[in-house]
Amino acid sequence: MNKMMSIDIKHHLTDEILMGYSAGTLPEAFNLMVATHVSLCDTCRAQLAACDAVGGILLDEHDVPNTQMQPDSFAATIAMIEQGVPITKAPAVKKPSVLPSPLRDYIGSDLNEIKWRPIGMGVKQAILPTSKQASARLLMIPAGAAMPDHGHNGLEMTMVLQGAFQDDDGYFARGDVDIADSDLEHTPMADIHEDCICLAVSDAPLRFKGILPRIMQSFIRI
Amino acid sequence: MSARSHNVLSRRRSVNFQTATTRLVAVGSKRVTNENKRNLWISHVHRIRDDADKAAFADLYAHFAPRVKGFLINSGADGYLAEECAQEVMATLWHKAHLFDPSRASVATWIFTIARNRKIDILRKQRRPEPEDLTWGPEEEPDQTDVLALQQETETLSKALTALPAAQRELIEQAYFGDMSHSEIAKKTGLPLGTIKSRLRLGLERLRQTMK
Ligand SMILES: [Zn+2]
Repeated sequence: MNKMMSIDIKHHLTDEILMGYSAGTLPEAFNLMVATHVSLCDTCRAQLAACDAVGGILLDEHDVPNTQMQPDSFAATIAMIEQGVPITKAPAVKKPSVLPSPLRDYIGSDLNEIKWRPIGMGVKQAILPTSKQASARLLMIPAGAAMPDHGHNGLEMTMVLQGAFQDDDGYFARGDVDIADSDLEHTPMADIHEDCICLAVSDAPLRFKGILPRIMQSFIRI
Repeated sequence: MSARSHNVLSRRRSVNFQTATTRLVAVGSKRVTNENKRNLWISHVHRIRDDADKAAFADLYAHFAPRVKGFLINSGADGYLAEECAQEVMATLWHKAHLFDPSRASVATWIFTIARNRKIDILRKQRRPEPEDLTWGPEEEPDQTDVLALQQETETLSKALTALPAAQRELIEQAYFGDMSHSEIAKKTGLPLGTIKSRLRLGLERLRQTMK
């Protein structure tokens, strides 16, 4: 069976985040998180479709202020249509991967080609290119190891792609999203059985406790 | 892809504006319920797909194009850009008519998502990460029961939105059409998203079954 199907996800995205994705108001890194999670999670896919339905109803029925199309608008659109169908690339053949396709699109390759950079205590990261309002990165935590102890200034979401981790909020396996608001101090600890790979997005830099991580933070863009 | 989708442009028809106008009047009148209107939009998209029907397109255009334009202006586009993008959104509707699946979304929802994606492309200049698609074969006609069920849930949601206290409805409108923060809105309004969600979830599960 396809690796993308039927996984038992217990920790989901919030309605607020899904609604923001639907409205198109989230920073790019958060959109990447939503697209990645929804690729694995039917519950959130359905909730997202429900949010899109709200957008559709508003567009269809509710008052939009004083807008009129230009007089030649319809003719111009028909002319645009008659120029032909825009070429859309055929969807790539899906092969089962640890990385759902929205993530593979960002990395431009698959897991084995990621350029990891060590950030201390065996933990490695790869920063993904997104707009500046928020950051996205992949994290690799060795089996049984801990992430550096850190708190948050903003909102951070961490989703497991491989392996599992445990923190104060519970046990997180593939597809699960750990949502940490500001002020929560937490120390995720990777499950002993497998290296843990996560997608982490944040709208503020993490602040690490302890002087060494804090110095490192200034030049590794964690 | 089905043969018909390759042929849409080759089978041009003269635009019958008379028909389009008559139909528009009917749509605008109070006698037409939202449900009938949604049915009409679906058949319009199918006629665009099957017959390259410009009258059906004109009807959808008259209703949706100004709304899409308003949505884009509210999101920060100037009038010129919003006009251009609204035209592109409507042209996309024409080109992708063969991909529309009324068991997954209403026509309005479908147009909303096209407009939303366009907004992110042009206004925010960001890439738009999309979830992995669950490849519905475009040739497969969706089950009519699913189409009806989705319409009923949409109607329930629509009534719930209308019944909201004005302040709450404005919050939602701002979240979608004002490019404002969506913070707390889902919590504050308590919309019955659960009903339509279970319907859509059911559809997904059925799809998973057929894909196995
Ligand atoms: Zn979920």
